[in-house]
Amino acid sequence: MVNTTQMLNKVFRTCPDTGLTFHGPAENLIKANAVAAVVFLLVGGIFGLLVGLTRWQAVHLLGAEDFYMVLTAHGLNVLIFWMIFFEIAVLYFCSSVLLGCRIATPRWAWAGFVLMVVGAIMNNVVVLQGNASVMMTSYAPMEAPPLFYLSLILFAVGALIGCFVFFGTLVVAKNDRTYEGSLPLVTFGAMTAAIIAVFTIVSGAIILIPTFLWSVGIVGEIDALAYRLIWWAFGHSSQQINVAAHVSVWYAIAAILFGARPLSEKVSRTAFLMYILFLQIASAHHLLVDPGVSSNFKMFNTSYAMYLAVMASMVHGLTVPGSIEAAQRAKGHRAGLFTWLRKAPWGNPTFSGMFISLVGFGFLGGITGVVMGAEQINLLIHNTLYVPGHFHATVVVGSTLAFMALTYWLVPVLFRREIIFKGLARWQPYLFGLGMSGVSLFLMGAGTLGVPRRHWDIGFAGTGGITHEFPAAAYTMLALNGMSVIVAVIGGAAFCVIIVGSLLFGRKLGDQKMDVPWIAAPVTEEEYNANGGSAFAIPGTVVLAMIFFISFALYYFINWKYLAETWGIS
Amino acid sequence: MSSLSPPVKKLWWNEPIHKSELLWISLVFVWGLVMTFMMPYWHVVGKQNLGTETYKTTPADFQQATQAFVDKFTVRNEGPRNHPVVAPPAGGDVYMLGRLWDWWPIVQLKKGETYRFHLSSLDWQHGFSLQPANINIQVVPNYEHVFSLTPTEAGEYSVICNEYCGIGHHLMIGKILVVE
Repeated sequence: MVNTTQMLNKVFRTCPDTGLTFHGPAENLIKANAVAAVVFLLVGGIFGLLVGLTRWQAVHLLGAEDFYMVLTAHGLNVLIFWMIFFEIAVLYFCSSVLLGCRIATPRWAWAGFVLMVVGAIMNNVVVLQGNASVMMTSYAPMEAPPLFYLSLILFAVGALIGCFVFFGTLVVAKNDRTYEGSLPLVTFGAMTAAIIAVFTIVSGAIILIPTFLWSVGIVGEIDALAYRLIWWAFGHSSQQINVAAHVSVWYAIAAILFGARPLSEKVSRTAFLMYILFLQIASAHHLLVDPGVSSNFKMFNTSYAMYLAVMASMVHGLTVPGSIEAAQRAKGHRAGLFTWLRKAPWGNPTFSGMFISLVGFGFLGGITGVVMGAEQINLLIHNTLYVPGHFHATVVVGSTLAFMALTYWLVPVLFRREIIFKGLARWQPYLFGLGMSGVSLFLMGAGTLGVPRRHWDIGFAGTGGITHEFPAAAYTMLALNGMSVIVAVIGGAAFCVIIVGSLLFGRKLGDQKMDVPWIAAPVTEEEYNANGGSAFAIPGTVVLAMIFFISFALYYFINWKYLAETWGIS
Repeated sequence: MSSLSPPVKKLWWNEPIHKSELLWISLVFVWGLVMTFMMPYWHVVGKQNLGTETYKTTPADFQQATQAFVDKFTVRNEGPRNHPVVAPPAGGDVYMLGRLWDWWPIVQLKKGETYRFHLSSLDWQHGFSLQPANINIQVVPNYEHVFSLTPTEAGEYSVICNEYCGIGHHLMIGKILVVE
């Protein structure tokens, strides 16, 4: 008995700053996945810089072959490897740490981690050898070497193991009764991300395994249209993992910094559930201008079954800032519409990163995504630069910045090291967030002018005289995009330097508490209910939501007007 | 208790929803209905609804059909690639194929007339991007996509490939001419 207790004490530690309980093996796994994530972010970010500087026609840094190779590597490193490694870390944190229990089957978790690392490195090697420049989508019948598909399959199997370790850990917590009642909202959100991840990875297996077999000559043919349909059940769903994960991170940061809880558990949880029910089926919004897909299917599928998943995101868009407003009002910041927001810690990168992520995801990523997902409007933007413009707002300003924001808080908690370069850290989310918002806006601007995506030279210099003259504004957009890329990359590099530097050189904290409080005390029932429960009136958030709604509706109908001006098509 | 902890009330699903949330959810739901309605509505009143008529084909068959179209209606050859300029009768069928890295042939249309376009690829996937009209359609091998196009203004239009199709992707450009 004594022995077991001693062992337990060795394996578990309580963080002096947050009071959270860390299970040793879980902590090491979280560290390993988070560090791997940052490494691939760094690699992918450098490739992104090269892409941006090549698109800028006056600079046109890389040659065509290198450009397509680097673009392929950029997409895979940041959109897949950085994201998924970080999300596995988030899953382990939200289960083992938030529920205060041991992690299930740490050896399996390490096996999954090793598979992911091997897959990611192998993929980079194959792509950088130069004959796998097939883009992230690798549309059949364009063929990559077998090792390209195999590397992705290995990575996906590793990630799948991570998901099941997460589910196992939820069972462990339930059995060991480490919490009472329902899962915390943040863990619940992470669970929806994990469920979506399982669907995603299974879809990926259904298409990538036959494609791998085709590349080695066992399967005779891959139907190009079937590939597109199933690949997108994988490709788009993986973005829903990101959304569910970063919304959970938003709620987590609202709780960490403000002690906030959701306005109502029922609404926030139902919104997460709606992601599972309605998001993954929406793969057809990538097929809106494909042959062989009926209009009825397109309309049903892309409207996410009556836009119910969009509704879910819009609900989170209200309840996340709403819960912050309620907590701030309960703590006394009651004056006027926006005192609660003005008094927020704008110099804390965890807050500024989270809030820029929220606004950028909604205004830039959300609105544009829904607009271009309308069956007919898609004719205007399919495969133009508008598409990468849109998803740089959702995945980079939205997910990546939210993950960065959380990392600033996690490093001292996990590694017991103080963040270095605090002054730079204060500015980092602004550099990265605004730079990337610029990237998003200017890519979308170029796309609106018809500039194609994944295209090395819109000046058509090598065609022997068949050219197309894009308006001068398109070149301006690409130049502005290049400059925004530089700003964003400086922000991204600052993040990597601060985080890696803190891990190596940050002041060791040990068991000492930090000088500053690292987690806010939860707002109490009494505080919320003071002044007749007026904290729950959230007029500031409602005003922000209405501004969002009006922008959305205006932009939506403007695009129908654009559409009406082009050729007749039926 | 915050969002990091289990809900304060065990029976959280019985808690009332706050007024501001209810207002927003109702608004968003109605907006979802409006956006859902817009798509079928545009099918009725709008002039831009991409047809979905599709046939299975093969590269050889489609090439043959396009060749027959070219043989029948070619009016001249032009451009650096000496492509045939094909002028089908108003209301007629138009065949255009995408291949590494070319659109073939050049098509000449009359403004205001409606043509039945047949589009397919001989090899990989391509993207038919008509500029500056900004109409973008996915082109998939082994599928023949048939839809109607009605040019609204005279001029020289470019067909740019906007689906990545290998290292010559940026060389893939063709033309559609619209005359009065």
